[in-house]
Amino acid sequence: MQTQHFFIVGDPLILGADISIILVSAAIIFVLTYFKKWGWLWREWLTTVDHKKIGIMYFISALLMLFRGGVDALLMRLQLMFPNMNLLESEHYNEIFTTHGTIMILFMAMPLIFAMFNIAVPLQIGARDVAYPFLNAVSFWLFFFGALLLNLSFVIGGSPNASWWGYPPLSELTFNPGPGENFYILSIQISGIGSIATGINFLITILKMRAPGMRLMDMPLFTWSVLSSCIVIIAAFPVLTVALFLLFMDRFAGAHFFTMTHGGDPMMYVNLFWMWGHPEVYIVVLPAFGIFSEVVSVFSKKVIFGYTSMVVSLLLISVYAYFTWVHHFFTMGAGADVNTFFSISTMLIAIPTGVKVFNWLLTMYRGRIRMTEPMLWTLGFIVCFVVGGATGVMLSVAPADYQYHNSYFVVAHFHNVLIGGTVFGMFAGMTYWWPKIFGFKLNPTLGKWAFWLWNIGFYVCFMPQYALGFMGMTRRIYTYPDDMGWTPYNVVSTIGAFIMALGFVFQVWQIVYSAKRMDRDVTGDPWDGHTLEWSTTSPAPYYNFAVIPKVEGRDAFWKEKKKRSQPDYKPEKRELKPIHFPKNSGIPFIMGVCFFIAGFGLTFHWVWLGVIGLIGVAATLYARSFQYDTEYVIPVEEIKKTEAALGRDI
Amino acid sequence: MITKRRLVRLKNILMLLLLFVMTGCSKNYIVLDPKGPVGHAELRLIILSTILIAIVCVPVILLMLYIVYRYRDTPDNNAPYAPNWESSRLLEIIWWGVPIIIVAILGYHTTKGIYGLVKPPTTDKTPITIQVTSLDWKWLFQYPDQNIATVNHVRIPTGVPVQFVLTSDAPMNSFWVPQLGGQEYTMPGMAMRLWLQADHPGKYFGTGANFSGEGFAHMRFPVIAESQADFNQWVKKVKKTAPPMTQSEYEAIKNPGLIDQRTYSSYPPNSFVETLMKNGHHHTERRNENHDVPSTGTP
Ligand code: HEM
Ligand SMILES: [Cu+2]
Ligand SMILES: [Cu+2]
Repeated sequence: MQTQHFFIVGDPLILGADISIILVSAAIIFVLTYFKKWGWLWREWLTTVDHKKIGIMYFISALLMLFRGGVDALLMRLQLMFPNMNLLESEHYNEIFTTHGTIMILFMAMPLIFAMFNIAVPLQIGARDVAYPFLNAVSFWLFFFGALLLNLSFVIGGSPNASWWGYPPLSELTFNPGPGENFYILSIQISGIGSIATGINFLITILKMRAPGMRLMDMPLFTWSVLSSCIVIIAAFPVLTVALFLLFMDRFAGAHFFTMTHGGDPMMYVNLFWMWGHPEVYIVVLPAFGIFSEVVSVFSKKVIFGYTSMVVSLLLISVYAYFTWVHHFFTMGAGADVNTFFSISTMLIAIPTGVKVFNWLLTMYRGRIRMTEPMLWTLGFIVCFVVGGATGVMLSVAPADYQYHNSYFVVAHFHNVLIGGTVFGMFAGMTYWWPKIFGFKLNPTLGKWAFWLWNIGFYVCFMPQYALGFMGMTRRIYTYPDDMGWTPYNVVSTIGAFIMALGFVFQVWQIVYSAKRMDRDVTGDPWDGHTLEWSTTSPAPYYNFAVIPKVEGRDAFWKEKKKRSQPDYKPEKRELKPIHFPKNSGIPFIMGVCFFIAGFGLTFHWVWLGVIGLIGVAATLYARSFQYDTEYVIPVEEIKKTEAALGRDI
Repeated sequence: MITKRRLVRLKNILMLLLLFVMTGCSKNYIVLDPKGPVGHAELRLIILSTILIAIVCVPVILLMLYIVYRYRDTPDNNAPYAPNWESSRLLEIIWWGVPIIIVAILGYHTTKGIYGLVKPPTTDKTPITIQVTSLDWKWLFQYPDQNIATVNHVRIPTGVPVQFVLTSDAPMNSFWVPQLGGQEYTMPGMAMRLWLQADHPGKYFGTGANFSGEGFAHMRFPVIAESQADFNQWVKKVKKTAPPMTQSEYEAIKNPGLIDQRTYSSYPPNSFVETLMKNGHHHTERRNENHDVPSTGTP
């Protein structure tokens, strides 16, 4: 590897990125040193195994990635605003749409849902932590260093440019000799291990750690949605791992899994990719469904309508999710029988999804609807998702897909469901749980601005793209001539993208402003919530509950509050007991660093560095295996002191 | 006063924008303006599915707006309030039932459509075959029955089903002619079939649809449909005036890069099958309608 290929130079955008990365890193190092915060950073964050802090770290990383992916999106939209623009040349555009897609799905949507898993699930089921707190930290650091590896490609070595699908043969050595695709493969592999671990962790947490009395059919719907999402993760991510591993073998070791010559088959990769890829969209949207179910019920002051149907539809979706993957390549000649099967199965999956929408509506029906921010995002979602779902059904009609496939119709559709579903869902969750995590509410006025800007911007940006699809504009083109009448639609679409960007600015402003100006939430229950997370203080103490709550039936905390308001209510005596608690550990972070070193080495075919990294990984595993003293006891005194400081008497 | 003037200005801007968007509207929506039976069949399904989903989706959105307004949380709202109402057998049967019926209708028509696509669109005319190879970053068309070849443009007779046999001698791409009906992937070492037909003479937009690298955005080609007589005339002219495509010429075309339209009076015999074989085509596999060895059509 020659140096001029190693450091990307000569492009003003990348030079700007180089400089800003150096400046930001220097500033962070300076601030940490100046305020003597290194120890704090290490003790409180880098070594934490507390699910709430891990949730916050996921959340911050996801917002940073949303920013990065968003800047990519704006650059692409600028380039496409007018015909024959010269802002980005082809190779640069290709890198940008590839990293945009990869980052948005794997390094923005995934950590964002994991943030919500971590923040809400243990609290909702009345647990003190997840089943495997150490593993939870490992998952986070694998995600973090995977994301770092991919982002590094922009300034070192060159970014992947074969789209977020990475189909061979385009992603094979013959057509893609540089390190870009290796960055893509290895960064996804590293974070993918973390994702599988998270799936297992939360599945076990939900099955094993619920508060006494909480049966499965008493669980909050968000917890149910996480359960179904985890089932999908556990079954789907290994497929991606295998697909990318085989692709890596092709590139690294001269194998022929995906080349037609020597007996391989690129269509095998296409199948494997979408066997993960389709379930993946359900992985990121199911938790959003869960959040909406919570929000709709709380802000309509009602119990959820059709709880059983909601659970059944979640589980149906998580099973069906495996039987639709071919709809991503109806035009690859699978034959009429196969296409028929996958057309119909795709239409079928719309049914449970539709049922969920009806149930949300009926939950609002005869309720009292409070137009808070989480509720606004939920309503915004319903409209957006109905449109996105509708176009999804249109796409499932295979012969019609012969016309939509690879066109802007598809781009509009998946942004419809990904932004309208996952992103709006996570914004609803963020504004809903914010007081619980940080102890203060977000300023609602700024939040409403953000909401309307995002929503208006969304339709302005993506509705014209449906039209562009009908006009024959294909996706992934970096430029177009002016002979097709596409120009006005592209102009409008770009304006919409900038309106959304403004919405993002408002959100950042809202967070900064609220941190300084908004009152603390002293009740622990700012929304009159229904579920257990609202029964503890805001923010929750590190052990979550001084006494593990007893649960009878659904909406446990709502019922409890009703009981308490009875005149003859006598509070039960709660007895404090010492708590066994996991110790912090630096091993997950160090393991992440080792994975990063290995990934970086293998990306550049520096086998020695790869081996050093992998030895490091093995060493951390070894060290952990012989650590026996991993817990400590929180004495009753300490619990009393903490509770008193939080304003709760025991 | 100021606000009024502002409003007028806003209205003008909006009108301008609208005009801007509407200009040349219908003729640009090429997918909705098919020129042959395949495109028409697909359009019918597009319309049918749009109507069917609108039957569900439009009421849902209206219902939502109504509910949000009717049950807003204000002190003077006297709409009924039923905090513990949580199920209704009848409503749930409707919620599950209506979508099932819609999927049944749509599924039926879709299935018919899918089986239609793998057959020649009309059966009373003998089809013609055109072999298509996607290259970095251009399209090569070979006419096995006429033994001529073109690059980046293709001519077809009207009213005759055309069987495009597709492969790639570069990364995957996808061959798409919206007004004639749909696309199909081109893949190295594989031969795919796509039936299309033009009923009206004209010049139609064709493009590569699957991203294939640096020059992908420029992989467009016109499809010129003309009467059988004109088509025959054109073939004759090509045979007389165009240069032949030699093997070395093919290698030159294959080099990554962009080139203009070209026309050839002949090409190396069997070169399409050789391209397939060279890229790993296995003779025995995939003998179904879409995936098989094309007739070589030796002239
Ligand atoms: C915030 C506003 C967003 C804008 C303006 C935007 C814009 C774009 C654009 C212009 C493209 C490239 C289209 C092309 O050249 O074919 C694209 C592709 C894509 N976007 Fe977004 N995007 C946004 C948010 C998101 C989000 C939130 C997600 C996922 C959660 C996402 C996922 C993707 C994916 C998967 C692709 C496909 C990449 C590929 O073709 O390989 N985008 N987006
Ligand atoms: Cu899918
Ligand atoms: Cu194939």
